[in-house]
Amino acid sequence: MNPVAEAPAIRRPAPPAPAAHGGDDAHGGHHEPESFWRRYVFSTDHKMIAKQYLFTGVFMALVGGFLAQLMRVQLASPGAEIPGMGAMHAGQYNTYVTMHGTTMIFWVAMPLLLGAFGNFLIPLMIGAKDMAFPRLNMLSYWTFALSTVVLLGSFFVPGGASPVGWTAYPPLSANPQYSGNVWGVHLWILAVALEMVAFLMGGINYITTAINLRAPGMRMKDLPLILWMQIVASVIFLFSAGPLVAGAVMLLLDRTAGTGFYNPAAGGDPLLFQHLFWFFGHPEVYVLLLPGLGIVAEILPVFSRKPVFGYKMILWSTIATGLLSFVVWAHHQFVSGIDPRLAAPFSLTTILISVPVAVTLFSFIATLWKGSIEFTTAMLFALGMIAVFLIGGVTGILNGSAAADIYIHDTYFVVAHFHYALIPPVFFGFFAGIYYWYPKMFGRMMNETLGKLHFWGTTIFVNVTFLPMFVMGLRGYPRRVYDPTQFSSLGDMTLMQILATVGTAGLLLSQVPLLINFFGSLRWGKVAGPNPWRANTLEWAAPSPPPHGNFAAQPSVYRWPYEYSAPGRAEDWHPQHLPSGAAAEGSRS
Amino acid sequence: MSDGATATAAPAAQTAAAHADPHGSVERAATTVPTGRLGIWWFLASEIVIFGGLVTCYVLFRLRHPEWGELAAHTLTPAGAVNTFVLLTSSLTIVLAHDAAARGKHRLASQAMMQTLFCGAIFMGIKAFEYGHEIAQGFTPVAGLFWSFYYSMTGLHALHVLGGMVAIYALQRSVARGEHLRRVEYVGIYWHFVDIVWIFLFPLLYLASRG
Repeated sequence: MNPVAEAPAIRRPAPPAPAAHGGDDAHGGHHEPESFWRRYVFSTDHKMIAKQYLFTGVFMALVGGFLAQLMRVQLASPGAEIPGMGAMHAGQYNTYVTMHGTTMIFWVAMPLLLGAFGNFLIPLMIGAKDMAFPRLNMLSYWTFALSTVVLLGSFFVPGGASPVGWTAYPPLSANPQYSGNVWGVHLWILAVALEMVAFLMGGINYITTAINLRAPGMRMKDLPLILWMQIVASVIFLFSAGPLVAGAVMLLLDRTAGTGFYNPAAGGDPLLFQHLFWFFGHPEVYVLLLPGLGIVAEILPVFSRKPVFGYKMILWSTIATGLLSFVVWAHHQFVSGIDPRLAAPFSLTTILISVPVAVTLFSFIATLWKGSIEFTTAMLFALGMIAVFLIGGVTGILNGSAAADIYIHDTYFVVAHFHYALIPPVFFGFFAGIYYWYPKMFGRMMNETLGKLHFWGTTIFVNVTFLPMFVMGLRGYPRRVYDPTQFSSLGDMTLMQILATVGTAGLLLSQVPLLINFFGSLRWGKVAGPNPWRANTLEWAAPSPPPHGNFAAQPSVYRWPYEYSAPGRAEDWHPQHLPSGAAAEGSRS
Repeated sequence: MSDGATATAAPAAQTAAAHADPHGSVERAATTVPTGRLGIWWFLASEIVIFGGLVTCYVLFRLRHPEWGELAAHTLTPAGAVNTFVLLTSSLTIVLAHDAAARGKHRLASQAMMQTLFCGAIFMGIKAFEYGHEIAQGFTPVAGLFWSFYYSMTGLHALHVLGGMVAIYALQRSVARGEHLRRVEYVGIYWHFVDIVWIFLFPLLYLASRG
């Protein structure tokens, strides 16, 4: 079966002329804003907002990584003096656990995957000048920036940042008498709520833009897969964040006004919070996974010069993943005294969701089949994402089945599983995306040698860090333990803890080549030209970096985005915006 | 809700889009739905799940506590009924504003928006009176879980009414000058949503007496 033959609609009627809409002349004067503040700080340009999210996210990743390293040092050598800090005490450790998790999910994954790539790619890939609501977009970033300040500020209030875990389960979080922390938890709730509001504004903008601002001729089934995945991720977020916002308001009222929503003595129920939290929390996993998969879906066809295999299968799988993500949350509560008659259906739906995800991954592998594969750094990270995510996905089956989960719940097995499930989309996906779209974002190429150093360092040390945790978890090592020497049964696992700690140190050091490469290439990188990878999607039709307003003239779209190596064509690529017959301009420029 | 008005609004809306300001504007609408309307519906989708979360929690607890029916008897049902009437009237006036805006009659639209604001203010006044009355009787937010739900749900709703009033007021000033007429529809959709939430809250918190 020749995949090219099933490419949708190579022939089609000419798209309507853009002038028919008449809107372009009315505000054709899309002037570049001149003042520093309008241009770099309070910008309404989606590309600048994407970069703001990018830099905030990278900064927070360093914060989150540093917190992780502090935890690892404590676990590998309990009671050791940390230079500049002295010995860690239990409250500090709990704070690092909480803030590491919170930071990585809400302040790294969300801004990098949705904030940076969503903002940068959606208008460019659909041939639009900007987002549907540019000022809402700016407001969304600055709400997020405010939430970042509140989160980081919570480290400096009396009592320090929140120590109640990133899931903030009551009663620990609901009553300051249990945690001994008043302001840290208040600010944590406030920061998370602000972050939710920021991404709700962003999500509304992404969905509306992708639906309504598509270039003439671009049907929904001509959308690049990453945009579909950004849309589905935004929809999941939109429909799952609300209950958590409601739950957070109730938690805040419990803490401040003295209500008893989560207090059994007042007629409330602490399990209610778990339901509200995980009704959001588990779909959130797919909010992060889908854009990561989307980045891979864009990169694989370009660097294997083949159409993506099974576009429609991937599309429907994405939608199925989105729907199923809403009916899995209670697998987090298998040991919370849940009725076994409820555990069975939640086991079933949890394991069922691996089917559409597997369909997507197998389609990716089929895309590679017999392709002329070019191992650029972006491609390596895309392949690495698939490989590492497989480990996370397969171990998820064990957590999803209630019988196995009751044994491994709250052990390091779970820690290893969710790091293997989240690091690939969040970090491998992000790295793949940044190596791939950097030329478009900044107009210059990144260095491939440094990139490969970064890739191999990252891949090796991710496994050095987290593979031992599977073993530790299966041997009963509980998570969130501050001082493992308190348990004689954990003594013989010290070596594995040390190994994992060496792993995180290596992982952090492996990011140095990326930082050098990223900032060095801004200045010394080779000038990229509009389309260095010979890719089909619309963003490559714009100059690198695209000016304010993106395109010199409104592009029209003639075909789906994955027409590579079509039989009978001289070039092995055919950009979406070129009419049939037109040769792609230049090869590698 | 107002299909007739929407249909007549469409051509006017498209001209408005073409001449909109360079920042908050529509480039092109690939679907037949104006971008602003699409945005407001997605916004409401996110609002529905926020109230949905609260309402679901309340209903689940209410089923477990039949005695809450007697507590609900301490709410001021006549005041709530008057408020329901006031809020529904405000929905009528905002529809009239939308209809006038669609026909390009900006003065009429601005007047109807002022009437909506007036109804909103009455609603907030009565609500404040109810809160005062209940608190005076000792039914504070910490007097029990029913009252916690009562104050958080009606409180969140009142915040939304207030937010809607701010939005309508801000827009009314432009509409009076004949600008941004198509946005009347968007605040209208939001205002209807706030009304509909109240339509759920009123029976849940005031009327349903026995479990």
